[in-house]
Amino acid sequence: MTKRWLISASATGYLVAALVFIYLPVVILVLFSFQDGTLPVPPFEGPSLRWYEKLFANERLLDALLNSLLVAVVSGLVTTLLGFLAAYGLSRSTIAIPGVARFLLIAPITVSYLIIGMGLLISFNVVGISKSLLAVGIGHVVINLPLAFAIISSQISARHKTIDAAAHDLGASDLQTMVFISAPMMKASLFAAFCLSATLSWDEFIVAFLLSQFEVTLPVIIFEMLRAGLTPEVNAAGTLVFAISMALVLVAAATLVFKSGGER
Amino acid sequence: MANNAWPFGMNSTAAEIKETTKLGGLPVTRWAAYPALAFSLLFFVVPFLIMVAVSFWQRVYGRLEATWTTANYEKFFSKSYLVEALFNSIEVTVTTTLISILVAYPLAYILAHKVPPRWQRVILLLTILPFWTAYVVRSYSWLLVLSDNGIINSTLISIGLISEPLHLAYTRGATILGFVHFFTMLLTLTIYASLIQIPQNYRHAAADLGASPLQVFLRITLPLSIPGVAVGAFLTFVITIGDYITPQILGGNTEVLIPQAIMLQVSRSANFPMASVMSIALMVVVTGVYLAFSRHLKMDRV
Repeated sequence: MTKRWLISASATGYLVAALVFIYLPVVILVLFSFQDGTLPVPPFEGPSLRWYEKLFANERLLDALLNSLLVAVVSGLVTTLLGFLAAYGLSRSTIAIPGVARFLLIAPITVSYLIIGMGLLISFNVVGISKSLLAVGIGHVVINLPLAFAIISSQISARHKTIDAAAHDLGASDLQTMVFISAPMMKASLFAAFCLSATLSWDEFIVAFLLSQFEVTLPVIIFEMLRAGLTPEVNAAGTLVFAISMALVLVAAATLVFKSGGER
Repeated sequence: MANNAWPFGMNSTAAEIKETTKLGGLPVTRWAAYPALAFSLLFFVVPFLIMVAVSFWQRVYGRLEATWTTANYEKFFSKSYLVEALFNSIEVTVTTTLISILVAYPLAYILAHKVPPRWQRVILLLTILPFWTAYVVRSYSWLLVLSDNGIINSTLISIGLISEPLHLAYTRGATILGFVHFFTMLLTLTIYASLIQIPQNYRHAAADLGASPLQVFLRITLPLSIPGVAVGAFLTFVITIGDYITPQILGGNTEVLIPQAIMLQVSRSANFPMASVMSIALMVVVTGVYLAFSRHLKMDRV
């Protein structure tokens, strides 16, 4: 009896320690964003919103925030659309070489973002395309497409195809079936794929850093701010980034786990 | 067993659909996959090929010239600091992967076997949630913990354990800690996904036949959870070895890792040929690891 108690106590202890390890830096980041002093280190003085005020007076940062949102939403939408079309097309595989096609779509996940970014940077340079938010967006679609394709593919079931066939029998055209029958049936996974792609784009640094020049995204600005060392302003910016990503991921997770979970 | 870990577990759909319905209207299903394929070809495969080509070019007075020479590769291998950056990266990445597995495995095991089922999803979500968020900021947050006047040092000093701050930040150890923090979350997810797929009966049967709990773990649970470990470890390896930001923020300037060396080539001298050579060297290492892991990854079947 005591042995079993010991085991469950140490299991609980490990779990708690792991969660502390995982959340410690986040908690400190958020806490010291409300620091009243000039350094985000103990002792904690405050709470104060002065660094948030400074943040929202920083126009370059606000521009970057809007750029990030724009790139995240647009690249998220494009990723989801391409991912859906690919998953849909391949599941009704009329394509000659589905294995190769799948491999091609998943392959970017096995390659570092840095290499994808370098490839695009060098290619754009050779071809003569200049760095821009569009280039960043293209890069983000490349890195997020495998994930969106995987999520959406995993949610296509045999039942969906039966319903497709029924729609055809009732006279729906191929396009009508896809747009009005299949897509709405999969809206949970489409939404989750969009949220995850948008979050990853919102957060992504290296591709954005390599492919942007004058208009930059928020992670790039934060990275530049880091050169000034530790300051509560970075904490405030970080807290903002963290809160927005967290919200997006939570929505995605809730959609995947609670909506479509029972549908499989 | 095959679909052990999302995002790779998606091989359930393709095979069973061989029948093609006669379709009216536009042949949508025939072209639906092509936009994504064209996109991947144009912005993933072609850029990679261009990068390979550029690695054989020369930079003459700041301009690229298609001269087709292996000089860049010779230069890479003759500059010891470049090769060293690659080896530093491999060391840091292997250390990170091993420590992350050691931290994550017990956590996944506890989640799968000691936590009541209705709590498992919530705690798992809690465990992996920060994985998806705030990449640049996360490394910075560790700086707040580790720096000379950060949380750890000020706590230790205030309770009188040390009088001088320990230099924890800006070291290889700090870089590894930042990585381990990140990948513990990922590995917990992939290992947990593997663990809950092992039928309870196997363990009960082994116990009934006289195996001790330790034997059950070593002979049943551990071998059957290897696919989850392999997928997680592979992703950890790929992301760690290609990551620029964590060593740049946490690692200090005593050594460079290969992503930092690549970025130096780009930012300092726009030396694209050399950056290409180094990216390809990185790619070769990753591909080698992929081939070593591929037996467990089943990525060819997704």
